[in-house]
Amino acid sequence: MTDVSYDRTLADGVKPPEKHEEAPPAAPLTAADGTPLKKKLAITMRRARMRAFLLTAPLLVFLMVFFVVPIGQMLFLSVHNPTFADAMPRTTEALAEWDGSEIPGEDIFALLVEDMREARADRTIGRVATRMNYEVPGTRSLFTSTGRKAARLEPPFKEALIDADEDWGSLEVWAAMKRVSSTMTGSFYLAALDRQVNVDGEIVMQDENRQIYVPLFWRTFWMSALITVLCMLLAYPVAYLLSTLPLKYSNLLMILVLLPFWTSLLVRTTSWIAMLQTQGVINDLMVFFRIIGDDNRIQMMFNQTGTIIAMTHILLPFMILPLYSVMKTIPPSYMRAARSLGATPLTAFIRVYFPQTLPGIAAGTLLVFILAVGYYITPALVGGQSGQLISNLIAFHMQRSLNWSLAAALGGLLLAAILILYWLYNKLVGIEKLKFG
Amino acid sequence: MAEAEQASDPFVIFKDVQKSYDGETLVVKNLNLEISKGEFVTMLGPSGSGKTTTLMMLAGFETATHGDILLDGNPINNVPPHKRGIGMVFQNYALFPHMTVEENLSFPLEVRRMTKAETRKRVEKALAMVELSGFGKRMPAQLSGGQQQRVAVARALVFEPDLVLMDEPLGALDKQLREQMQYEIKHIHENLGVTVVYVTHDQSEALTMSDRIAVFNDGIIQQLSTPDDLYERPENSFVAQFIGENNKLNGKVKNVSNGSCRVELTSGDMVDALAVNIPGTDGRTTLSIRPERVEINPPVEEVPNQLDGRIEELIYLGDHVRTRLSVAGNSEFIVKVPNKAGHVLLKEGEQAKVGWRTEDCRALDPVAIN
Repeated sequence: MTDVSYDRTLADGVKPPEKHEEAPPAAPLTAADGTPLKKKLAITMRRARMRAFLLTAPLLVFLMVFFVVPIGQMLFLSVHNPTFADAMPRTTEALAEWDGSEIPGEDIFALLVEDMREARADRTIGRVATRMNYEVPGTRSLFTSTGRKAARLEPPFKEALIDADEDWGSLEVWAAMKRVSSTMTGSFYLAALDRQVNVDGEIVMQDENRQIYVPLFWRTFWMSALITVLCMLLAYPVAYLLSTLPLKYSNLLMILVLLPFWTSLLVRTTSWIAMLQTQGVINDLMVFFRIIGDDNRIQMMFNQTGTIIAMTHILLPFMILPLYSVMKTIPPSYMRAARSLGATPLTAFIRVYFPQTLPGIAAGTLLVFILAVGYYITPALVGGQSGQLISNLIAFHMQRSLNWSLAAALGGLLLAAILILYWLYNKLVGIEKLKFG
Repeated sequence: MAEAEQASDPFVIFKDVQKSYDGETLVVKNLNLEISKGEFVTMLGPSGSGKTTTLMMLAGFETATHGDILLDGNPINNVPPHKRGIGMVFQNYALFPHMTVEENLSFPLEVRRMTKAETRKRVEKALAMVELSGFGKRMPAQLSGGQQQRVAVARALVFEPDLVLMDEPLGALDKQLREQMQYEIKHIHENLGVTVVYVTHDQSEALTMSDRIAVFNDGIIQQLSTPDDLYERPENSFVAQFIGENNKLNGKVKNVSNGSCRVELTSGDMVDALAVNIPGTDGRTTLSIRPERVEINPPVEEVPNQLDGRIEELIYLGDHVRTRLSVAGNSEFIVKVPNKAGHVLLKEGEQAKVGWRTEDCRALDPVAIN
């Protein structure tokens, strides 16, 4: 073969850069009826584009209404809280002017009392108290009790208030009130990271024993990572079998893999409870075979172990399927080629087979990790105290404490973490290489 | 390479090898085959004839159900593939897609723990051999089919094996490239002197490249001979039909003498033929005559066997006219009429005499004519 024909074969795949020669600017091409060709093309394409858009419009609307808007609203809620500003408009206005260097004067105290009387009449004082309490724990009663007394207070209000509760003379309370009075706030994100603003306006960590969310975030991440690794170790051989067994066996195996998908999540989780609890099947069997004594049965449920076991089982198909879809496309001739070239089965696996399954591993781990990080039901049912994840706390703030802004901030942090992870993946693996199936 | 050994000791020996996948049918039935060092042997046959299975047994990816396979005098039935030191080119090349061309080529050297310098030298040499120097940094997907094929050949040879197996390596290429690659592989074989066992279902590929061809059908080697022998002296009807074009006429053997026989065709005509593979007097037989050995309206004194025929179809092919006739009840009787100076023009629907020499007509085992 000569060099010329190489160039020709090369041209099929990669085109050599075309030479740009200085050509005189040609007149724009026109269609037969005289309209410029570009315009004509645009007109003819418009109909097709409109039709394509209309076909996808229902889905777009659905996504907007039920996905983008609620999430956007939730994220907005995490930085936007008008409770204080709505209930106490005069104080809010006055505090905006206040420089925060010392306890405000009589005028602001007078406005505060006026706002409090109104808020008590409107029954919004409780919400204000709760909001303040998020900021400075223990201030709820300051507001509720002062609110009750507000009607009977006489000027000068500054002394009267400090008389009623000496906390009104605390700069910390007033600084917090100023922060709370602004409708846009980062304080929920600070709270979600176990941080707060101190008297001097600096961001500091909470006391060690009052930190809740950061340890929980760490626990969520390491448990999710562990579950992902366990899923991968278990899924890899199963996916390999699925992709190499003859059809009649692999179909059966595929049904077994998919069976969990067809079973209710609750059923699956409760059956793990039946298996793993202290009076459960596994403990009973181990006691029966004298592996452990009856008085020291192993606690495998309602703790981290329970969460990890149950979630690994539930998320396993999400690892198997992407792996399977990648392995299915790897013909056995690669391994054979490696063997015939002198590689031992192990070398052939490590150097030839495994690298080709990386897109599947990447897709599977990403999928499982993201699902695990946000998992709620299973840890809620089997997690006990030590097996709770961050999503359980988000649910708590949504349903019990009704601190939606904090729930939204926690959710926002989770979302940000996942986006960062996704970005990292794109850097390391390349998103276009992911294969979900 | 020791030339003296070549004649005496076969390099590869299949001894009574049988292979069954399901325990019910034999895919390879009692295979006996000897291949000398430096030989280019092709296993040719239709799909399902057992040729690929035989190759896989030699490579070590399938185990023989019965019998021995010897490589250089040593039985290799229990030697795993990576210890056999046999190079192999696969049907779809099986170039590792996540490695560059260079990495693909150094793979067999690295697993043999060769030094970096030696590896680089060998890789460069192998690339030069297939005229792909400078392509080392490319990924296989960036190469054309023909280039991938070359890399696959280079990879199978880079660790200097004595035996190279090729499993329909040119199947994925277009016709022109395939023919070009046939010559290249043949030249590489001649230059390196390695032993090649080649599997294909393409007879022209087999005829072009091989020293010897083993024609497989139904798990049995039907004939093992040189390309010209195979074409000109097929030993049974399958080989006659599989290699090249062939005219078949059925009949009954009337008498046998001196290696030739007299056959009464189903139409009642009597012809003479070489007795190659016949059951004996009164047995049924199928005559095989190559289209280019048949003459139309031949001189009687030179061509003893003459039959009446009717011209059904003429296809003009430039250097010859492909003529289809009805002869002795066979309407698929093909004659290649050379387009030489002064040849008589034929017309469809005309009657014509067809004739051939006795030595060009071989009486073989009977098969149905469809």
